Amino acid sequence: MAGAAAWPASGQRFQPAQDIRPLIARITGGVEPQAGGIDVELPQIAENGNSVPMRVRVASPMTAQDHVAAIHILAERNPRPRVASFHLSPASGRAEVSTRVRLAGTQPVTVIAELSGRRFRISKTEVLVTSAACLDESL
Amino acid sequence: MMLGRLQVPPSVKKGEVFEVRVLVQHPMETGFRRDVNGGQIPVNVVDKLSARIGGREVFRAELGTGIAANPYIVFTAVADASGTVEVEWSDDRGERGKASAVLTVIPA
Repeated sequence: MAGAAAWPASGQRFQPAQDIRPLIARITGGVEPQAGGIDVELPQIAENGNSVPMRVRVASPMTAQDHVAAIHILAERNPRPRVASFHLSPASGRAEVSTRVRLAGTQPVTVIAELSGRRFRISKTEVLVTSAACLDESL
Repeated sequence: MMLGRLQVPPSVKKGEVFEVRVLVQHPMETGFRRDVNGGQIPVNVVDKLSARIGGREVFRAELGTGIAANPYIVFTAVADASGTVEVEWSDDRGERGKASAVLTVIPA
């Protein structure tokens, strides 16, 4: 296959973990995020990294003064660690989002909650992925 | 026009928090896949999605390649008044899609 040699499959399958601290700093603007207050529901073992169900809940009264403004999901072993950002408001009622993510291998999934008043919370959840999200399915 | 489905409860009490479920039909191409000729398939994901209830934005999402194909997103909102829930999205190619559902709010 023409392009296969230029991009070895082995190099893709075992994505090394990247340092996501600069990315976290960019999101928080340098503010140190506090641990706790985030409940992340992810399977301990995901058979297929192509679609992993995930639910994030942040403890918050969701009032105009004190609410969760955004929820960011980061996966450090994905080729593009920034998975998604969700923007909420007091009209959300609860700080809760569910989605399905792709995970390129066993890794911790980082969730950052951006609270009103530029406060941040962080949580890491380890997921064991038996079959990683295939980066090049035609090989 | 991209296909998508939007689901809200048939009726909600005023002041109650309800779930809105969105499912968009999209391959969410990562840019790492190759076609049968070995050519690279360009990145194409639904990168923006937003929801409005009665014309007011209640939820917005920025998605990346780390979201599974056929993105499924569930978020919540407070029932204030009956109206239309509208969800709009667009992908990297600039293709757009939208879905709407009628929200019925009954007095608490």
